[in-house]
Amino acid sequence: MMSDPVGTWLDIGVTTQIAPGTARTLPVQGGAEIAVFHTIRGEFYALVNSCPHKQGPLSQGIIHGDTVTCPLHNWRISLKRGEALGDDEGCTPTIPLKVDAGRIYLQRDAVLNSRAA
Amino acid sequence: MNAPASFEGGGTSREKLVVIGNGMAGCRAVEEILARDGDRFDITIFGAEPRVNYNRIMLSPVLAGEKTFDEIVINTAEWYDENGITLVSGDAVAQIDRDMQHVVTQSGRTENYDRLLIATGSDPFVIPVPGHNLPGVVTFRDLDDVDKMLAAAEKGGNAVVIGGGLLGLEAAHGLSLRGMHVTVLHLMPTLMERQLDEAAGYLLKTELERRGQVILTSADTAEILEKHGHVSGVKLKDGTEIAADIVVMAVGIRPNAALGKMAGLEVGRGIVVNDDMVTSDPAIMAVGECVEHRGQCYGLVAPLWDMCRSLADALVAEPSPYEGSVTSTKLKVSGIDLFSAGDFSGGDDCEDIVMRDAARGVYKRVIVKDGRLIGAVLYGDTADGNWYFDLLKKGEDVSDIREALIFGQAYASGGALADPNAAVAALSDDAEICGCNGVSKGQVVSCINNGAHNLDAVRSTCKASASCGSCTGLVESLLAITLGEEAVASGPQTMCKCTSFTHDDVRRLILEKELKLIPEVMQELHWTTPEGCASCRPALNYYLLCAWPGEYEDDEKSRFVNERLHANIQKDGTYSVVPRMWGGLTSPKELRAIADVVEKFNAPMVKVTGGQRLDIFGIKKEDLPAVWADLNTAGMVSGHAYGKSLRTVKTCVGSEWCRFGTQDSTGLGVKIEKMTWGSYMPHKFKIAVSGCPRNCAEATIKDFGVVCVDSGYELHVGGNGGIHVRATDLLCKVETEEQAMEYCAAFIQLYREDARYLERTAPWVERKGLDWIKSQLFDDPHAILQLADRFRLSQKYWQVDPWANRVAGAHSDLHSHLAEVRPLSLENA
Ligand code: SRM
Ligand SMILES: Cc1cc2nc3c(=O)[nH]c(=O)nc-3n(C[C@H](O)[C@H](O)[C@H](O)COP(=O)(O)OP(=O)(O)OC[C@H]3O[C@@H](n4cnc5c(N)ncnc54)[C@H](O)[C@@H]3O)c2cc1C
Ligand code: SF4
Ligand code: FES
Repeated sequence: MMSDPVGTWLDIGVTTQIAPGTARTLPVQGGAEIAVFHTIRGEFYALVNSCPHKQGPLSQGIIHGDTVTCPLHNWRISLKRGEALGDDEGCTPTIPLKVDAGRIYLQRDAVLNSRAA
Repeated sequence: MNAPASFEGGGTSREKLVVIGNGMAGCRAVEEILARDGDRFDITIFGAEPRVNYNRIMLSPVLAGEKTFDEIVINTAEWYDENGITLVSGDAVAQIDRDMQHVVTQSGRTENYDRLLIATGSDPFVIPVPGHNLPGVVTFRDLDDVDKMLAAAEKGGNAVVIGGGLLGLEAAHGLSLRGMHVTVLHLMPTLMERQLDEAAGYLLKTELERRGQVILTSADTAEILEKHGHVSGVKLKDGTEIAADIVVMAVGIRPNAALGKMAGLEVGRGIVVNDDMVTSDPAIMAVGECVEHRGQCYGLVAPLWDMCRSLADALVAEPSPYEGSVTSTKLKVSGIDLFSAGDFSGGDDCEDIVMRDAARGVYKRVIVKDGRLIGAVLYGDTADGNWYFDLLKKGEDVSDIREALIFGQAYASGGALADPNAAVAALSDDAEICGCNGVSKGQVVSCINNGAHNLDAVRSTCKASASCGSCTGLVESLLAITLGEEAVASGPQTMCKCTSFTHDDVRRLILEKELKLIPEVMQELHWTTPEGCASCRPALNYYLLCAWPGEYEDDEKSRFVNERLHANIQKDGTYSVVPRMWGGLTSPKELRAIADVVEKFNAPMVKVTGGQRLDIFGIKKEDLPAVWADLNTAGMVSGHAYGKSLRTVKTCVGSEWCRFGTQDSTGLGVKIEKMTWGSYMPHKFKIAVSGCPRNCAEATIKDFGVVCVDSGYELHVGGNGGIHVRATDLLCKVETEEQAMEYCAAFIQLYREDARYLERTAPWVERKGLDWIKSQLFDDPHAILQLADRFRLSQKYWQVDPWANRVAGAHSDLHSHLAEVRPLSLENA
């Protein structure tokens, strides 16, 4: 892949397109699908949309605090660090994200090189 | 006002300092410089506003009528004179020429500089909706804005404030005190969501509503309406229109970095500065809201003070690098105490300590990470705000006072009293423990001594902590003191770790206290987490929708994915779709529609389920609405195969065809399914109707089963074919179809109103006992009718096809991707 001098951040649109307490998905051609979360408190996080247990789609889980509970077998995954919490072990890659002037940006390299957990 | 003659003649020895912006940061910087070295600079300040420097944050009290402009002036004309400062007010700087080292104002005045300080603050952000330019649309930034609002308020009428943040709420408060009818529109579901969590935001909203303001959250402005060339109202994206004589836009600010950008300085969101507040041009400095420091822009004054100190130190004394600020927020609305500071997004690596006192309207939450305080949210009692803020900034280890932290400084620094048990032990015997039920410490202790060795036992004997629960902690301390830490028997099964209440307590208190929202339940019942967890949220959502049919608005984010997407999630993340087939009956038209869907969407599998219908597998979440649209067209609705709700009504062929059939079991099954579909329950609920005791529909392992006999209908309850097979208990026998249906509705409603979330009828019937169920249904001759009526009332609101809703476009965000990333097209982006 050619490297692009500008645009280390990828603009994926306005914050209001993800309601608080929900998540939406971003398929990446040739990479893993990404889940972008908006917590009830208003924080945004992005993870590869794949549970470290059996690749459950984390975007579909219930969000509480900055944790998501996987819809398949209820593992709790930290949105900040991608790690499984409690007794479970495993980690989902996180995608660096920033919010600026009401828009969400994902770190471009992390997006393009995303791989499932 | 002219610059005084320079001391050493010729004006060459004093450096020329030009300041752009006569606001809070600009003047403060000048004060800091003068305090260190009064003679170093010949100073000129340019201000766009035609007035002296004033305390901008006090514009809110001016609007509210609590202060006059004179009272908020920081530096009077004399101050400029005495310090030999030239103030050019009412003439904005239009351009910076870095080569010539001079600035040019709008009116054409040119001023040379040796050092330039940019302190242009920020601009209010105006949402570019149609009508945003109309007369009557104002922002809230300077005295002119306040004057416009005051002029409008004089005439009375309606004000709409767009933005439920700090500024918007202060504007709303002022306008409301000035006699206007105020509506606040906020895009997010929680007011001041940057500073408050859901719980505190809920309390704030309730208080403002109590004061007569209308607060609309999740309100997205579409357009500002016009009449006779003036603003007349606001229209929301959902079509709602709200009349307005004035519209205040308070949706945020943007660093005013335009001059810097034009001059070619490095600009990100704001003008980029280093730790000495110097921009990419060594002769130019910047402070205040217009700067970006280490990637941060600020919108509060405390950071400005620190910036100005570092600026002056670096410029005329020893550098003391600015390292960024931690900020705290207070709302300046009289009578509302609110404080927040630091990071309170919480999370797994943090420890949340929550205290709620519903009676006093208090909510306190502190967030501890690695033994250090990192955030605090206080509502209703902010006395300890500064103490928490101090602990937060210092980053000291608070492990030692962890237990007492939430009770505040007085308590935590009370030495021996820092141990809550010791504090409780020190209370006198007649000290009141439970305010709701008037129970003293002595009474609780004697109740414990008489054998109540756990919380539940105390609650049921002397009633302490049985109502609002706020004294639960005290009762637990008394148990520990009286019996010793180890001897305390484990308490009753609480709903989850977020609360000390059981499911039954919560259900009872929701009705008793008329609690109607999830955050309200959490506040009133002293939840120990800010927003609950994946186990209590769905339970609360169910309890509320069951308690308040028609009133409660379903909280989708508290539902498990299957109920949120109205389909069953599969191991590969796709979904299965099960349309209803009433009583297991189908038709060529339905079968054709299903066959077409399977082909059109390439569904890898279609299967006959154990519930007498067809299940289509492998559908992507994006395709669900289209699949449902096709099924809807053929007359089919959701089968709720995914829900804690009515699933199927299984039937056998019955008297119409079968040589043994005694009644029309198929027909009755269809009628029962038409009556009960769509209803949410504590757990899934399955029904079957068999035409004779051979029981081909397996009615005796269903939650509600009907076995037809010659003389009528046997009604069976509490069966389960799942993990632990349980045959039903016979409830009673009735003579007519109508009775069978009425009893079915009544039984379902009893289960809906009494069972714990995720408790199926089988364990519920065993826990309560068949006798209890019978007495609830049969002791009072009106009970059946009343229960069935309540079920019908609920069905009025819930018997709607969720698929049809989605097909019509509801919640399309849950189905569609944000966007798709295609690396190739990106390369060219
Ligand atoms: C599709 C189906 C199997 C089939 O291919 O036939 C099925 C599939 C599932 N069953 Fe079932 N059950 C199906 C009939 C049954 C039956 C038979 C019946 O209803 O007559 C039973 C035993 C009867 C009973 O419930 O009493 C049954 C007892 C269970 C249980 C155990 C319940 C219990 O109380 O012990 C679970 C687990 C649970 O609910 O927690 C379960 C859970 C599930 C779940 C939802 C597992 C899950 O959480 O993902 C499966 C979803 C598959 C999907 O995506 O559609 N399924 N399941 C049947 C759908 C019926 C329908 O048309 O709606
Ligand atoms: C109503 C209100 C209430 C607030 N309440 C609080 C609060 O409770 N707590 C808190 O911490 N903060 C509060 N703030 C925020 C606080 O007022 C700001 O953080 C602070 O004023 C920023 O200072 P500043 O000098 O950067 O910008 P300002 O104070 O805005 O000063 C910038 C000045 O530069 C002038 N200017 C801009 N461009 C030019 C130009 N080209 N030429 C000449 N002059 C120019 C502007 O007219 C303005 O006077 C409040 C703000 C408002 C509006
Ligand atoms: S029995 Fe039910 S839950 Fe188990 S694998 Fe089969 S469908 Fe899934
Ligand atoms: S796949 Fe996420 S918990 Fe199993």
